[in-house]
Parts: sequence; C-alpha cells; structure tokens
Amino acid sequence: MEMVMSESMVENTSQVEGRAIPEQTIGDIHVDNPRMTARHVDVFYGDKQAIDNISLDIGVSQVISFIGPSGCGKSTFLRCLNRMNDTIDICQVGGEIKIDEQNIYDPMIDVVSLRARVGMVFQKPNPFPKSIFDNIAYGPRIHGLAASKVELDQIVESSLQRAGLWEEVKDRLDQPGTGLSGGQQQRLCIARAIAVSPEVILMDEPCSALDPIATAKVEELIHELREQYTIVIVTHSMQQAARVSDRTAYFHLGRLVEVGDTKQVFTNPKHELTQDYITGRFG
Amino acid sequence: MSFTNLMLTVLVIGALYFIAGQRAAFVFRSNGAGKLHSLPHYHGVWAAITSVLPALIVLLILLIGKDLLFQLMARDYFPEEILMGDTVDRAIALAKISNVVNGINFGEVEPWVQSAGDAWIRWEANAIIVANSLVLATSLVGGLLGYRRINPTFRSRNNVERVLTWMLIGSSLVAIVTTIGIVLSVLFESIRFFKLIPPQDFLFGLEWNPQFEGAERAGSGGGTATYGMIPMFVGTFLISVIALTVAVPIGLFSAIYLAEYATPRIRGIVKPLLEILAGVPTVVYGFFAALTVAPVVKSIGESIGLEVASESALAAGLVMGVMIIPFISSLSDDVINAVPQSLRDAAYGLGSTRSEAVRQVVLPAALPGIVAAVILAVSRAVGETMIVVMAAGLAANLSFNPLDAVTTVTSQIVTILVGDQEFESAKTLSAFALALMLIITTLALNYFALQIVKKYREQYD
Ligand SMILES: Nc1ncnc2c1ncn2[C@@H]1O[C@H](COP(=O)(O)OP(=O)(O)O)[C@@H](O)[C@H]1O
Ligand SMILES: [Mg+2]
Repeated sequence: MEMVMSESMVENTSQVEGRAIPEQTIGDIHVDNPRMTARHVDVFYGDKQAIDNISLDIGVSQVISFIGPSGCGKSTFLRCLNRMNDTIDICQVGGEIKIDEQNIYDPMIDVVSLRARVGMVFQKPNPFPKSIFDNIAYGPRIHGLAASKVELDQIVESSLQRAGLWEEVKDRLDQPGTGLSGGQQQRLCIARAIAVSPEVILMDEPCSALDPIATAKVEELIHELREQYTIVIVTHSMQQAARVSDRTAYFHLGRLVEVGDTKQVFTNPKHELTQDYITGRFG
Repeated sequence: MSFTNLMLTVLVIGALYFIAGQRAAFVFRSNGAGKLHSLPHYHGVWAAITSVLPALIVLLILLIGKDLLFQLMARDYFPEEILMGDTVDRAIALAKISNVVNGINFGEVEPWVQSAGDAWIRWEANAIIVANSLVLATSLVGGLLGYRRINPTFRSRNNVERVLTWMLIGSSLVAIVTTIGIVLSVLFESIRFFKLIPPQDFLFGLEWNPQFEGAERAGSGGGTATYGMIPMFVGTFLISVIALTVAVPIGLFSAIYLAEYATPRIRGIVKPLLEILAGVPTVVYGFFAALTVAPVVKSIGESIGLEVASESALAAGLVMGVMIIPFISSLSDDVINAVPQSLRDAAYGLGSTRSEAVRQVVLPAALPGIVAAVILAVSRAVGETMIVVMAAGLAANLSFNPLDAVTTVTSQIVTILVGDQEFESAKTLSAFALALMLIITTLALNYFALQIVKKYREQYD
C-alpha cells in the first residue's frame, strides 16, 4: 500500500493492483433531501492534488461515513465542508459546496457563522485547558447565543446531557476538561460542538484514540444525535461504519469510488476496489 | 619541551595506543579467539584514554602545584620583618619576587628579593624537566596498563562509556563549582561589609553616599558616608518598570503576529531581524540612549514645560525596553508555537475569528510561558549595566519620577569598583553587598520563572 500511495495521487489511468479507479463515482451521489451538496470539488495542497472532482450529497438527518485507505483524502474532503482548510495556507479548494442552497465558498459568506452551522469533532480529543463549563460555554459565548447566565447554564447542561456526559461531570463543572478520561474528553468535545446548535456535525475518526468501551459510548451517542443533526463521520473501522451510518462513501487516492446505502456497500459492493477494501485486502 | 610540544607528544602517544589497541583486537579476532565483547575501535579508544587522561590529570596537578610549592619555599628568603608581618606584607613580598622572575623592574631590587627570584627561576627550570618526564611517563605507563587489559572478553565498550559519563559530569561540575565559588566570594566579602556597617542601615537606609568615606577617615569633615541601598533599588525598579512598559506589549504583540498571523515568508524575514536586535552589544544601546534618546526626551519634556534631567530614567528605560523586546518576543513566540495546533483547530472549528482564538484559547494556554519570559526579561533588565551607566546618571536620588536622574545597583557597583580603591574600606566592600542583593534578586526571579515554566510543561501531557 505504501508504494501505491507515494505515486502521483491522481492520474487518469490510475491503477491499483491492476484495478482502475473509476472517473465517475459508482452509486447514486444524490439524496432526496440534501443538507449539503458538493459538486466537482478539487483540492490542492500546493501543486499536489488531494481531491479530484468529487460530487456528493449529504442528506438531512442522515449519518454518512467516509471510509478508505489512509491518505486517500477523507479528512481533506471533510474539512472542505466547514472550510477548515482555509486555515492551511497552501490549500486551494475548487468546485462548489452548498449548505441549504447557499454556496459556502461564496466570498460574501461569513466563515465564522458557517462553522457555527457545521461543527467539527477531531481525531484526538482536544478540550481547551479550561473548566468543563467553560469548554461547553465557549461557543455560545463567542456567538452570543445566551442572553443571561441562566440561559448559558441551561445550554451547558442540555449539551452535556445530549452528549451523555452530564451525570458523570455535573458535580465538577469547574474542574479542567483536560482532567477527564480520553472517552469523556471526546464526548466533551461533542457536547462543545452541540452547544452552538449546528445543523451538521463533522467527525474525523472520533474514536481512533479511544478504547473499545469509550468507543461504544460514542457510537451510542451518534445513534441518538442522528435524529437532530446531519452527521458525517470518517472512520477506519468498517464495523463502525456499518453500525452507525445510513450511507457509506468509499474514497481512494483522492477520488470518490463508490457511494451507496451502508448495507448495500458492505454486502454488495459494486467496485472491485471497494470490495478489496471492505474485505480487508488492503488499508 | 614547551607546553605545546608536551601536549602534542601526549596526543601522539595516545594515537599510537589507539592504533595498538585496535590492532590487538583485530589480531584476537583473526586468531579466532571467539567473539570479541567490544568492537575493535572501542579497544583502541580504551587504550588511548588510559594513556592520555591520567597524563592530563598529572599535568594539571603539576601546573597548579609548582607555584604553590615555591611560595612555601620562598619563606626561607623572607627577611625577619616580613615573616612577622601580616598576610598583606607576604603577598607584596611574593609579588616583588614574581616581578623579578618575569623581568619587570621597578628600580632598586632588594638583595633578598633578587636571590629569591633567582632561586625561583632555577626551581622553575627543574620543575619543568621533572614535570615533562612525569607527564610522559604517566602517559606511557597508563597506556601500557590499559593496553595489557585488552582481551576478547574485556568490556572496552562499557568502560569507554563510563569514562565518557565521568567526563560529562566533570564538565558540568566545573560550571557549578565556579558559580558556587563566585557566590561564596561575594557572600564572604559582604559579611565583611556587614561587620563595618549594620545590615539594617544597608537594607533600609534611604541615603547612599559612600563617596564621603575617605574624608570621614581622614577626619577632614565634609559629610558622613551612608550606605542605604534603597535609592538604588528604587532606581533599578523604576527603570525596569519603564523598560517593561515598552517591551512587554511590543514584544508580545510582535510574537503574536509572528506566530499566528505572519505567512511563513514574512516570518522567515522578521524573526532573524528581531534576533539581530538581540545581538547588538549593550554598550551600543548605551550610547544610543545617552546621545540620541536622552536629548530627545529632554527637549520634548521641556517643550511641554516639564523639568527633565539631561540624564533621565525615562531615556535609559526606553532604550532598555527596546533591548529586551527581542528577548520577550522570541521566547513568547516559542511558547505560542508550543500551544498544540489541535487547540486552534478546536477554536476555529467552533467558529472563532483569528483574534478570538488568540485571545481566548492560545494566549491563556501560553500564559504561564509568557509570564516566565517576562520574568526572565525582568532579570535581564535588573542586571543590565551599560545603558544605565551611560544614560541614567549616577546620582543616587531616591525618586520615582522618571524624568529625574537615578542610578541602579549595577551602575553603582561599576562606579565603586572602577579606578583605584582601597581594600578593607566600607566603600569598596559595599559593592559586594550590592552584588549579593542583586544575585539574590535575579536568582529569585529566575527560580520563580522556572517554577512557572515547569507547571506549564505539565499542562498538556
Ligand atoms: N496540511 C497538508 N499539507 C500538505 N499535504 C497534505 C496536508 N494534509 C493532507 N495532505 C495530503 O493530502 C492527502 C490526503 O490526506 P488526508 O485528507 O489527511 O487523508 P485521510 O484523512 O484520508 O487519511 C495525503 O496525501 C496527505 O499527504
Ligand atoms: Mg485523516
């Protein structure tokens, strides 16, 4: 796999173990009720192309998972959806991404409020070195979501409750968030993202730094959140993708190879590369 | 044999032993004596070390020992009254003899001095021959002993490691011992000062007039010498505060700009420039302060109707502030960069603007490190001398007015110790007492800063 990755990432005739990466995504990229739509997205890091012509819809109140070998551009594509790539100097994004029919790369759009609508949870839990309360209150404070202290308290409590962390931390809200266990920290980060009432939550391998029990809790949480939020989750674990998501997208060397209902992708993959990946032949 | 030749010879012997040791190991290997414990070059290094190291130690002992020995022997030549006299007399006598040895002539030489000098020259000549032979013998014998221990199972690798460890420990000991030596000597001289002047007069006295000391001793009146350190510490404090008022905001803001806003290209240009500022010798800042800034401060002050001394705390403080800007900006830049990127990602991911992320996430996380940087900068400012001597004046005014001439601890130490001075006088010794206070202050500041940095380090692990 290493050798393949170090080759030029995207060529029209890309071959992997004799299998061609298709120009066109296999499966239906459309959904009936999209929250976000990406069309012909290209991403370059300097001269190096990391995403090649990806189009994909992300449905309201659905969980979609991105899978694929590492380095294939899952994180890069995810970070396009809330313009986190703007923080990387050399990163150039082309194509069109809309949220509720509004182009997020429109020069007129306010990136700050976009990120409040499209929240993000990272691979490694990254609570601020502040108290648990201040961690959750951070977003509502900078966006002025609470008119009073009482309201802020309510937001903090309900966010922690929805993240399933309230019972564990309600007596020590003033203690540092960094003092929690890894799994608790990740749920704290999810609560922090929920606190600004986003429409979409992006999660980049949220469980890769967690033990199996903490992972199970986070998956349970994703299950509960799916009703209110649209969730995009990058994962390395096929089982996790199968457990939590409605749709699954398989990425390979900067292209979106196949997308479909999770059940179909796992039981009846249409492309050989997808088949190879989910049967563990590489990745 | 001259010193250089001796050293070269010892090194050549060492090199020969290296070759011999390595050869011996190769021979063992080709004789099929089984597996060598250590690689051949370790055996070579081992033989070389056993030859060179003891020789150097012997040389060091002889270098220190030969003069001490002669100073003991010189007593035989001293006349009666010097033997009866005190340590100072004896030191003067030894100095006279050493002048003869070095061919320095101040007119008439007393006969006993001449004969002692001749004896020293003869002793010196013999001592060098003995020293050369001893050193060479040590290196030959030491190397031989080391070489003879080499066999297939001999653990040269571990032994070389041990010798290296001790050499590293030795080097750090030298640094520590000199520091302790300096502190102790300052401490002892200060104790002598406090025997003459009561500590409370020094620590809490509001007036500093050591220059009357001579007149007082001669009984010619004119004034009493006083040794209150408060005016100088107030001066130091005042100038440091002015310097920090300049340096902390500018240094910190430029660090934030460099770490969070600047593109890599700009950063690559600005950072080295700031570091050049740190390399400017303080004496250059000093005359800049005295010749450029002080007159400007004076003329601006006077144009708005203020009375400004031509040497003012303000001028010195401003320039000192400029001097410590790179110090603060470079250290703060480091701590800001050490704040994990993941925290910035978290802040941006929640929809923070850049300045919100800096103010609410990056700076609080970097704060302990920044505080430590500022404290280190304070101790730089407190210890700074040149700028103050040149630009703030020497008048020990007890004043909090930045437009007055003030003086600082360091510049007073310079004033006291520059030029001729008498030992044993309270005036001279007061410099040591001041130095002691200064050392305690900066030590406390550095300790404080280190504690904060330590706490900071634990935060993300
Ligand atoms: N900040 C960056 N600068 C340059 N190249 C990057 C950067 N981030 C990712 N890449 C490159 O983009 C490609 C896709 O990376 P990424 O999106 O992180 O993959 P994944 O998340 O699927 O493992 C990789 O080849 C990676 O080397
Ligand atoms: Mg990734």
